Amino acid sequence: MKSFVYFVQLLFILGCVPNENELKIYDFQGVQPFLQQKDEKVHVVNFWATWCAPCVKELPYFEKIQEKYIKDVEVILISLDFPSQYENKLIPFLEKRQLKSKVIVLDDVDMNSWIPKVDSNWDGAIPVTLIYNSKNHQFYPQSFTYDELAIEVEKFLN
Amino acid sequence: MINLKLFFLTLLITTTLSAQNGYDIGDVATDFKLENVDNNFISLSDFSEAKGFILIFTCNTCPYAVAYEDRIEALNKKYASLGYPVVAVMPNNTKIKPGDSLEAMKKRTIEKGFTFPYLIDREQSIFPQYGATKTPHVYILEKVKGENIVRYIGAIDDNYKSASMVKVKYVENAVEELLNSKDVHVAKTKAVGCSIKI
Repeated sequence: MKSFVYFVQLLFILGCVPNENELKIYDFQGVQPFLQQKDEKVHVVNFWATWCAPCVKELPYFEKIQEKYIKDVEVILISLDFPSQYENKLIPFLEKRQLKSKVIVLDDVDMNSWIPKVDSNWDGAIPVTLIYNSKNHQFYPQSFTYDELAIEVEKFLN
Repeated sequence: MINLKLFFLTLLITTTLSAQNGYDIGDVATDFKLENVDNNFISLSDFSEAKGFILIFTCNTCPYAVAYEDRIEALNKKYASLGYPVVAVMPNNTKIKPGDSLEAMKKRTIEKGFTFPYLIDREQSIFPQYGATKTPHVYILEKVKGENIVRYIGAIDDNYKSASMVKVKYVENAVEELLNSKDVHVAKTKAVGCSIKI
């Protein structure tokens, strides 16, 4: 029995167990490096959740941007889904959508401490998006159409 | 052409500014007359005995609002008799969120046994004046010489997942301070919520 437990633990460590263990779940400290990567790319960071209808609506636009600028842009979709919904909502959603963009999950209840660190103008409503490169940084507390998003991303590319 | 550009720029700036409008700490909050789940219309001025209010913009359909339902009810149980009743206002456009219709609000009130008024901002004219942007979004008001002064804006506490894991009860702390005639120490907090659907 004991060795079985070890075996399961080993699977977990190796990341071989499907479902929940495929999610990359971080607290805010773990997410912070994704908000300040120092390289040549334009980083498009979107905070979303499966329960947020306007967020889900704009996901394809982020996907399109990621595909169009595969070399120069990195899209990161940070899910704020509740841990109780990972198994029955978030994972099936991700499996169905087969998103090309990088998806990570933020699970950190002390929102009052980390929301202002993302941007001082963020009041906590989602969706919100952060676009940055090594020189500039812009926070968008809004939903996007594809055209609006493309215009903003292109500003950073030029 | 330049004029046109200027016009749009002005329009953009005005819209951006007005989007950020709303109350700050110390502002006088407007009263309202909104329909309750029992079809009566309720105003803050109806609560002649109240020392203030825990006004919460909330709804049926937002997972964060749902996570806080029991805690909102507990706040009313604890503080209504001490002079700070909970008044809940549902701000969403019910065409976009049919799950937040007055009928659905009634049903939820009965299911959960809410003892606080649960009002609908049907015209969506009240929440923008307060500057509420999401659910749940709390405004604590203190009644001073017949006016309702904003003393706290933000979240209920610091752990949406579990009431038992809460470390700081922002709303309770603020109400306790007001009841003890003290200044509210933590007057503004932030939390993730569902954007109000317009």
